[in-house]
Amino acid sequence: MTPEISFMLIKVAIVLTGLLAVVPIMLFVERRGSALIQNRLGPNRMGPFGMFQAACDVLKFIFKEDSTPTHVNKFYYTIAPWLVVIPAFMTFAVIPFAGSLSMDGNHFNFQVANLDVGVLYCFAIASLGVYGIIMAGWASNNKYSLLGSLRSSAQMISYELTLGLSIVGLMMIFQSVRLGDIAAAQGETLFTVAGFNVPKWGIFIQPVGFLLFLISVFAETNRLPFDLPEGESELIAGYHLEYGSMKFALFMMGEFINMSVASALIATLFFGGWQLLPGLAWVVQQVANITQVDVLLVTVLFQGVSFVIKVAFFMWFFVWVRWTLPRFRFDQLMNLGWKVLFPLGLVNLFVTGILIYKGVL
Amino acid sequence: MLAQRKPGILNRFYLIEIVRGLWITLRNFLFHEKVTLQFPEQRRDYSPRYRGQHYIKTVNEVENCTACMLCPTVCPAECIHIVAGEREDKEKYPIKFEIDILRCCFCGMCEEACPKDAIKLSNIYEMSQEHREVYTKDFLLEQRGNKK
Repeated sequence: MTPEISFMLIKVAIVLTGLLAVVPIMLFVERRGSALIQNRLGPNRMGPFGMFQAACDVLKFIFKEDSTPTHVNKFYYTIAPWLVVIPAFMTFAVIPFAGSLSMDGNHFNFQVANLDVGVLYCFAIASLGVYGIIMAGWASNNKYSLLGSLRSSAQMISYELTLGLSIVGLMMIFQSVRLGDIAAAQGETLFTVAGFNVPKWGIFIQPVGFLLFLISVFAETNRLPFDLPEGESELIAGYHLEYGSMKFALFMMGEFINMSVASALIATLFFGGWQLLPGLAWVVQQVANITQVDVLLVTVLFQGVSFVIKVAFFMWFFVWVRWTLPRFRFDQLMNLGWKVLFPLGLVNLFVTGILIYKGVL
Repeated sequence: MLAQRKPGILNRFYLIEIVRGLWITLRNFLFHEKVTLQFPEQRRDYSPRYRGQHYIKTVNEVENCTACMLCPTVCPAECIHIVAGEREDKEKYPIKFEIDILRCCFCGMCEEACPKDAIKLSNIYEMSQEHREVYTKDFLLEQRGNKK
């Protein structure tokens, strides 16, 4: 086995296990986080701080009876959860989780696939996820499920526009759609304030783009305040109403993995991706001095750590927002998408174009 | 008539309000006192008037009850069943005193009706059982109550 292939397999293993590990962690964070925000304590009996509660939940899902209602279309009913989960996993392929490393003539790129289409691939695969939801709603043969999936498709189509539009400005500035290039370009210094170098992160050069992206990503992942496809109060559970046991767990998994992919995208596009957090460069030097390991290796390790911290913050932000904001009404959602975010995206693009033409950015 | 609210331009922008909301939830998450009562370790104190599990008061290990039949008479759920008998000192006493706890509605009228201060409702509220329970006299004579 050549080093390239073995390194590739290692990367795939890291990404897959990382994404799978996100699910129980987020189950725990979601349950305890929501409880603490509501001044409750939440599940705190299993293990330290109730950390093994997630494992118990997963075990429960595995051992539950996997029943199929008689009125569903069996083929589509069975295939739908997988169509939600698999694209969610696939999306992470192009996201770089550390910088590149050149050692002994080998070049290591910490990204599963460095595609030329980059972030466009992300959007293409992410929009496949809606097929799973529509299939689930349609195959369930239940009016609430169907309504949920209808809402989901309308919502995803409306917000995908803004999602794409919000990062065009960023692509114009960095002159690339490769996520690796975008992350690397964000290491440059934008300006210096009182001896502190402000990095050229996406949020500093495209603040409006960041806001638009953040809002549309919430709609895209079907999280509150845009969780109309689930709509507990009016649609019971929406598209996964007829699902139980592991099939339902797959939908949950898809949601959490979508969340992590969305967080990773926010981090990569607007918060410097794997670029070291402020202050970590000093830590890297100290660690390299103490342990006598090559500085490049330590840097790559800490880049990975920075990336995970950034992603973790946005994962927490998803949970935080969920327990802060109430759900939108459907017409409000459409108004916001088409009458506010979409024109704002166009204006942002226009202004960015002018600024680039004038040579400001 | 509904009050017409005219939000200012900043409020209509919502983002500032959202950030304030986020701050409120974060404050609750970090600092607010948690109201959860961790049940088996911590227990809520109920008022002394709380009507829970029954017991029959004893004095010198002899029950106060004289089987006067006032409590089964007043009981709206008809859940108290007493068979009266005679002690050697000609005192009337209950041979059998049963409370069908599934029928009991915990109204406390038996406690009010009792002239001998015998039947009482304690503060105990954990009464779940795995089978249908009838409280017998032996069970009721255990002094598990908190009332004087």
